[in-house]
Amino acid sequence: MNIIVLAKLVPDLVEELTIDESGAALDLTFARMIINEFDDHAIEQGILLKERGGGTVTLVVPEFDGADDVLFTAAAKGADRLIKITGDFIAANNHALAHCVAGLIKDSQANLILTGVQAHNDLDGAVGPMLAESLGLPYVGYISSVAINDGKVTIHKEYPGGLLAEMEVALPAVLGIQVSEEPPRYVAVSKVRQAMKDSSIEEQDASDLDPDGGAAVGRMFQPEATSHAEMITGDPEEVTDKLVSLFKELGVL
Amino acid sequence: MPIRETFWNIPHWAETAQYILALLTAVIFLYGVGRRVMRWRKGRPDKRSGHFWERIWSVITQVFAQRRTLNETYPGIMHFTIFWGMLVLAIGTALATIDWDVTHLFFGFQFLTGWVYITFELALDVLGLLVIVGLGMAIYRRYVTRPSRIREFPDKSLARDDTYVLVMLAFIALSGYLTEGLRIAVTQPDWAVWSPIGNAIAAGFLALGDPTNQTLHLIIWSLHILTAFVILASLPFTKLFHILSVPLNIYFQSLEPAGKLSPANMEGGMGVKEWKQFTWKQLLDFDSCTRCGRCQDVCPAHAGGLFFSPRDMMVKLEKHLWAKANGHSLHGDVVSADELWACTTCRACSQVCPAFIEHINTLVDLRRHLVEEGTMDNLLQKALANLGRYGNSFGQAERMRAKWTQGLEPTVKDVRREAVEYLWFVGDYASYNTTLTDVTRKAADVFHKAGMDFGILYDVERNAGNDVRRIGEEGLFEMLVEKNNKVLSKCKYQTIITTDPHTYNTLKNEYPWNGNRPTILHTAELLDQLIVSGQIRFSKKLDYKVTYHDPCYLGRYNDVYDAPRRVIKATGCHLVEMPRHGDRAFCCGAGGGRIWMDEKDVRERPSEARVREAVALEGVQSMLVACPKDVAMFSDAIKTTGSEDRLEVKELIELVHEAM
Amino acid sequence: MSQDIYVLIEHLQGRVADISYTMLAGAGELSKAVGGDVVAVLLGHNAKDMTGNFAADKVLYLDHEKLAEFTSDAYQKVLTDLISKDQPRAVIFGNTSIGSDVASVLSVRLRLPLVNSCRSFTNDGKYVSQICGGKIMAEGELPVPTALVTMVPGGYPAEQGQSGEEPPVTEADVPALDALRVTLSKYIEPEVSDVDISKEPLLIAVGRGIQNQDNIELAEDLAQALGGVVCGSRPVVDQGWLKTSRLVGKSGKYVKPKVYLAMGISGAPEHAEAIIGSDTIIAINMDPTAPIFNLAKYGVEGDIFELVEVLTEKVKQEKQPA
Repeated sequence: MNIIVLAKLVPDLVEELTIDESGAALDLTFARMIINEFDDHAIEQGILLKERGGGTVTLVVPEFDGADDVLFTAAAKGADRLIKITGDFIAANNHALAHCVAGLIKDSQANLILTGVQAHNDLDGAVGPMLAESLGLPYVGYISSVAINDGKVTIHKEYPGGLLAEMEVALPAVLGIQVSEEPPRYVAVSKVRQAMKDSSIEEQDASDLDPDGGAAVGRMFQPEATSHAEMITGDPEEVTDKLVSLFKELGVL
Repeated sequence: MPIRETFWNIPHWAETAQYILALLTAVIFLYGVGRRVMRWRKGRPDKRSGHFWERIWSVITQVFAQRRTLNETYPGIMHFTIFWGMLVLAIGTALATIDWDVTHLFFGFQFLTGWVYITFELALDVLGLLVIVGLGMAIYRRYVTRPSRIREFPDKSLARDDTYVLVMLAFIALSGYLTEGLRIAVTQPDWAVWSPIGNAIAAGFLALGDPTNQTLHLIIWSLHILTAFVILASLPFTKLFHILSVPLNIYFQSLEPAGKLSPANMEGGMGVKEWKQFTWKQLLDFDSCTRCGRCQDVCPAHAGGLFFSPRDMMVKLEKHLWAKANGHSLHGDVVSADELWACTTCRACSQVCPAFIEHINTLVDLRRHLVEEGTMDNLLQKALANLGRYGNSFGQAERMRAKWTQGLEPTVKDVRREAVEYLWFVGDYASYNTTLTDVTRKAADVFHKAGMDFGILYDVERNAGNDVRRIGEEGLFEMLVEKNNKVLSKCKYQTIITTDPHTYNTLKNEYPWNGNRPTILHTAELLDQLIVSGQIRFSKKLDYKVTYHDPCYLGRYNDVYDAPRRVIKATGCHLVEMPRHGDRAFCCGAGGGRIWMDEKDVRERPSEARVREAVALEGVQSMLVACPKDVAMFSDAIKTTGSEDRLEVKELIELVHEAM
Repeated sequence: MSQDIYVLIEHLQGRVADISYTMLAGAGELSKAVGGDVVAVLLGHNAKDMTGNFAADKVLYLDHEKLAEFTSDAYQKVLTDLISKDQPRAVIFGNTSIGSDVASVLSVRLRLPLVNSCRSFTNDGKYVSQICGGKIMAEGELPVPTALVTMVPGGYPAEQGQSGEEPPVTEADVPALDALRVTLSKYIEPEVSDVDISKEPLLIAVGRGIQNQDNIELAEDLAQALGGVVCGSRPVVDQGWLKTSRLVGKSGKYVKPKVYLAMGISGAPEHAEAIIGSDTIIAINMDPTAPIFNLAKYGVEGDIFELVEVLTEKVKQEKQPA
């Protein structure tokens, strides 16, 4: 089983986000970029599949600050091949990324391509389905379990209310992982450091990054935090008093 | 002239048999000891040489004076009497052997004659009684009072080993007296009064008369000799081996600061997976454990109902060491991950261990392997991931680290920008935990009012890594050290201060300062100095009745016991000690990374047990602590035990703040 | 080419999902700016009677036995055919397990621009998208010629997408649906739970900010005092601190209590969409910029640990007869 995982980095929401001078894009100059949480699950799922049924896991990551860390961390978890696509991905959207990655992996004879179901900065749609379509492969997202059995995968797709659909998807296919079957494992720093020594990152140039297919942004802004909520203020005594009277007012007390 | 006819009443064949037996015993004994030594030599190297006289002194105080052993009255006296009794008897036997087999044989004279002999007989006779008393105490304790710490071993056969030792020692002592008594009964020497016990026994046998007594003497003498040889031959194969291993273990004890963890094994993966990855000293540790259970008695994890006992860890590792098929991983069937994660690294075990076993080193080495395997609690994973990414376990942004300073007047200096006298390493809990920021602000206020020139690192400070290291995440620890060092090396300051004992410990004992270690003070020490120097002056005298909880990493790890107590007294408070205080203080349960783990399996949280201990003190209103984590742990425990109206938790610095 | 706004109706096991009404509401607003009709597109099998309360100018109904339940492959085929024939001004999908499987594929296949995570439309027909966990809004012109849009809840109440008038239904042709690469084997129902949080009138919800399992107990105490039920967001359930049956959000339950007290919940879109039906949301959070405050009617910027116990005590006192 030849598994490719596509992971990207996104701005860390723990940090304060700022909008650049154009007013229409995030200022990522000083932003901390971290792995998209769903992609982390996709990597874990890929490794789990490899551990269960053998094969190789190739991780493809577009170039961002911190991409090497993501790649080496995955190597420490058990990824076999590390590919970094070099290019200016700060400005590129998911259409460009999908198109570029499709070009790079179309001849790789991957049986299964995994990626996170979404990322919080997917302004032009999720990258998984676009990649699938660019490769002419089927796509299913919101996946919480994957089992491979000859020529197809049996997956669980999540719907609201805890409902799951069991589906069969013909291979090769692209799957959008919502959550891996086991939580992404922790890798010791020493193992990551070892992986840095033992494995190497193959760099591949992004041939062209064509953003066609994304919508133009006129402006970006931060929603006013208190635009809707009426803030209850005071010390804990006062606040709780107010909450109690609010509960009474709302008829739950 | 008083003298004993050696081999009185012993036929020649028996005498010869004795020498043959002695030879055989020596062979078995040497084989047994050699076997142990060879096994130790399979461990990794660890330099424990140097400081000869210091080491000898500790052997004198700990082996011969039995200092630690005597810390507990009953077991202390019990062991002391057996130890000295057996030692004197052994020396006596050795002297008798030299007297007969060396000086008499080769030089034709005996020195055990006249008054020397009288003294010799008296000493042996009386001190032998010590053995009987000690063994009586031991038998009573093991089979009647049966304290839990000497029960329920992971290996049932160990109970037989314990019985064997007691029976053999009792027999050798009693048969010795009988032999002596019978000899006196028959020979009735003039100096028999100098063997009061032997003489008393002889009186009992007089009625039997000869030759019954002579026959009896020969039988019992034979059994006595046989037992002696069996004991000696079995020594390297039973619990008795501690007679040799413990003095060695004490001699080779670490003379490094207690707070400095030994470096991680890097061969064949981080930490210890198989026994050969332990150092020779750790293997000696395992062979030194007598399973006395003192460690288990003071262990907070054990008290909390977790399936962990430092005693059992040692017992299981020792057993594994000698198991036939022991090439495999220790993890799983020898020690479980749950056990290893249960420890708070409070070091109470090592503090009480009469054999000077270094439990924490072994535990952390085993944890290091678990970390490498990724075998850990989800919460812990999350905390470590956060520490790697943000430098704090809370997963909060670096820019939020100094949020607590907002609105402080005057503003807190930025050490990166200006030189200060005191660099305040604030630590994660004091910085990020919202229930603690109030205390942190008060600390800043105290420093200001004391006229200190101080500053903080603002958002570039990272977790100092003390508990990361104790989790076994050595790589992450090194990363944190590297980052903090880089920042610290650029700042100008003279002294590092911190309210956090964990931070204090690792900065003081583990950071590589390249010979340039600045003064590092915990606030307890700092406040003590400032009060003495008059920089802190109190405007009022507090009249609270308080108790003080010694943080593990301040007390046991760094021996800071008096400074906080002097500070408390200086504020006018009346200090009432908890039963467990000083180096016996009971851990709050947060250390060693436990604060990042799920406490779900705990029966009684250590923090709750500790709060109950404080609540039981009459009239005590406040439990003083000198560690931010303690504030968090005990505030919580006060709520969960419903003690809100009885007790409050206060940081030492809050008390000082109030009194200023 | 038309100025019509198409809305892909989402349904599972015979029930129309709430997001469909939100989308219809959004389409209604958009149509005011760009003109054209609101067209509800329903793919199904024997499902015509689902269309009754759609606030749409008309319904395009495509019936095929392979469309009875959603599969990405079949939906993509049918919609490729429909959109390329009709070329509407916009097609709105849910930013959901259904819509997301389709919209991005069509964007590449049909070379049409896509706007993701749209929350609302402005009066002049611009899209307003919510990204970065609700911390950033992006606004722009609706792209041409046909804009594919995925919508998140929160911009419009579901009721706005419902109507008393029954829209006319037109059946459209379904292309051949063979050689499908994705097939549905079965549904796995969630475990029957202790309580059905979607029916509870008072929910005490806990999120990542709760920090550890012990604090769940604090929430339980408060819930008990108030007579409510504790539920939580994904991180809390993933941690194993609450049963899956108590999960509120995309893969959990959609709730509509009278009062939803959100403690330590940031209000990421996945969670937000599931609580939008609540009458009153009260949020307690340390982070004043948490998106939950945009949803909540009342907010407290503060530490839940400082507040909850005091609150529980006061509630208990209130309940005691004087």
